[in-house]
Amino acid sequence: MSAPETDREHADFRQYARRWLAENRPPPPPERLPITPIEVMTTGQRDYLQAWQRQCYDAGLVGTDVPVAYGGHGHNGLQRIANQELNRAGVPFLINIIGLSMAAPTILKHGTEEQKRQFIPGCLSGEEIWCQGFSEPGAGSDLANQRTSAVRDGDDWIINGHKVWTSLGHFAKWMILITRTSKDEKYQGLTYFLCPIAGHPGVTVRPLLKITGETGFNEVFFEDVRIPDSYRLDDVGMGWSVAMTTLLSERGAAEGAGAGGGEGEKAVENLIDLARNAWRDGELAADDPVTRDAIMQRAIIAEGLRQNARRARVPALCDHPMRLPLQQKLTHSEFQQDNARLGVEIAGAHASLYKLDPRAPDAGHWPLAYLNSYGNTIAAGTNEIQRNILGERVLGLPKSK
Amino acid sequence: MTAMHTTPRDFGFGEDETMLRDMARKMLDERLPMDRLRELVAADPGPVYDQGERSPWDETLWAEIVALGWTGLAISEDAGGADISLAGIAGMVEEAGRHALPSPLIPTLSASLVLRAAGGEAALAPMTRIASGSTASLAVTNERGSWAPEDAPLMASADGDGLTLQGTARFVQDAFKADMLITSARLDDALVLCVVDKGAEGLSLAADHIHDLTRDQASAHFDHVQIASSAVISRDAEPVLRQAWPGLLVLVAADLCGASEHMLQTTVDYANQRVQFDRPIGFFQAVKHPLVDAMVDIDRARSLLYHACAEIDAGSSQAEAAAHMAKSAASDAAAYISDRAIQLHGGIGFTWEYALHIFFKRNLHNQGLWGDGVYHRKKLADLLIGPIGSSDNQA
Repeated sequence: MSAPETDREHADFRQYARRWLAENRPPPPPERLPITPIEVMTTGQRDYLQAWQRQCYDAGLVGTDVPVAYGGHGHNGLQRIANQELNRAGVPFLINIIGLSMAAPTILKHGTEEQKRQFIPGCLSGEEIWCQGFSEPGAGSDLANQRTSAVRDGDDWIINGHKVWTSLGHFAKWMILITRTSKDEKYQGLTYFLCPIAGHPGVTVRPLLKITGETGFNEVFFEDVRIPDSYRLDDVGMGWSVAMTTLLSERGAAEGAGAGGGEGEKAVENLIDLARNAWRDGELAADDPVTRDAIMQRAIIAEGLRQNARRARVPALCDHPMRLPLQQKLTHSEFQQDNARLGVEIAGAHASLYKLDPRAPDAGHWPLAYLNSYGNTIAAGTNEIQRNILGERVLGLPKSK
Repeated sequence: MTAMHTTPRDFGFGEDETMLRDMARKMLDERLPMDRLRELVAADPGPVYDQGERSPWDETLWAEIVALGWTGLAISEDAGGADISLAGIAGMVEEAGRHALPSPLIPTLSASLVLRAAGGEAALAPMTRIASGSTASLAVTNERGSWAPEDAPLMASADGDGLTLQGTARFVQDAFKADMLITSARLDDALVLCVVDKGAEGLSLAADHIHDLTRDQASAHFDHVQIASSAVISRDAEPVLRQAWPGLLVLVAADLCGASEHMLQTTVDYANQRVQFDRPIGFFQAVKHPLVDAMVDIDRARSLLYHACAEIDAGSSQAEAAAHMAKSAASDAAAYISDRAIQLHGGIGFTWEYALHIFFKRNLHNQGLWGDGVYHRKKLADLLIGPIGSSDNQA
């Protein structure tokens, strides 16, 4: 269904993006791609996806609204259109998702002029992959319970600690890192750094295995890691508020720079195709009223998410400015999870077949996607934490803690 | 509802639409606050529930609403109406829902949409009457509760230039508040649409006994009711009703969205005030999280509501699918917040003296009106997947 489009510049850019994507569709990947960028495992996948992001960047579909001085294309309000078209085209996703949707917006808001010039261009082009060092073994939902320490040493800082669930850590050149610089105060004792990872002395990246049997995320150990003070983002003690910028960008990623590509609008179409080829009790799943109803529930939620994004830009139809933006992470992650679970149900006996089985529908996508979906309902603040945030910040209910 | 085929920016909800909505909210906040609503429709269950009387409504307030021109909003300018977009009308109807306004507003707007779709000379007269303050309702539902165009409730037979109508139309909304009925009837192989004055000879209304306190509903018996040829609005009614159909769904969806938001906010207020175990109960996640889920559901319904309005206003081929989505989402969002609102209020929410039940019943009525969530998903599946049995070729 069509998006609003009356502004000439927007319409021209949309047309340009659509044409470019039609004419520059990349060749098939050399090996199977994972479902989302945070699960990229092999160098073959990485190289292919980095080349694709570079092409999109050169075409002006990435960094569209970022100032030219920082390697962007200097437009205003066109990134959203680029994302929609990337989504619609069904092209591969952009690998540097953490850089685009978390690091770049945070650096643009809190960074010095030098930091913006140094870090943003490589992030947009995809040459420098970013990862996120927030979670720790003892700091999950209680994110401020950070134990990784940063201690001042002349013009440098010495980092010691242990980060977990670090997606893309094995390919990352940089990490956005929260550390504890004071034990006196829980929230004001935190400081935010941009920390080198690949090849940096004292940094060890070890892969973690997920319930899918795949890697893609890591744990990262810091042993007397020395970094210069020029890598500190914002003031000492401001780490919590900088982290909130990052999380807001992440949770609102569907409107930001990292939402392009991937399954997107095709989610419901894929379920319908599956149902047209899946049998149950001698009839096609696509003819089973209960299955049809379940797919239509997904279709309504899919369209609802698109129209929420549209309504969020019409202040007269929004009672509270954060009411729709703060729902993004919760609603999108549960949408993906419920889609995947329904796909497993529709596939029936065939849903037992996993990635390597030649008879697996969609090459084992459905059980893989379902297993994998818990990554997004847990990461970036579990959905239980998201419901607390919405209840407290939007509805005004008392804080749970 | 001018025919432009690009979807309007901001759902077509601009300054004028905002002003109309805000004016409606202010007016109803003043004239129909919660205490007044309760006093009006729920002073005592006896008259309505035990003696079978019709629930009262505020005719003075209605006269003011008519004077403000709300009833003529969907009428074209050549018939003296305001001709504003469906998005603008939805904004105003949300306020009617938020205040549980008992009135023939939505039936009259619904009848207007059918008359608009019919067009032509015969529809002009009733539209002009609506624009100058008359009320109307649709009498298109049959004995089985079906409003599908082919299931017209009445039989028509030729009578000179005109027609004679026979039969019973069921589930006519706010029939006792309507000055005229728009009714569908089968004439041989065709369907006709007629406008009938409520005072017409041979037409009688029998009130249904209903739980909703904010409307009336009736069966309309037609016993050889004679219709002049000038009152036959369409002799090919099926496409007319199909064209108006998405708009009818959207009007009820808007009412559901407004009423549901009211129930959400009322329950949030209560959860902030009510203290148990030394804390406001909204502290507890068993209370907090369902309210967030209800908010997410209402927001989805509201976004789909304005999306459907924009598609209908643009004359889009997607209008029907969008309206099914809006009504399905609104019915289900309403069902959830109605359920949680009573439950989370605890004992007080279960009492007659607390106003929540007025909204619960209005929602319960509207959830099923023109089809519930399951019904509209069934229709939507026929559009998006294709009818059952049509997938074989692609397997």
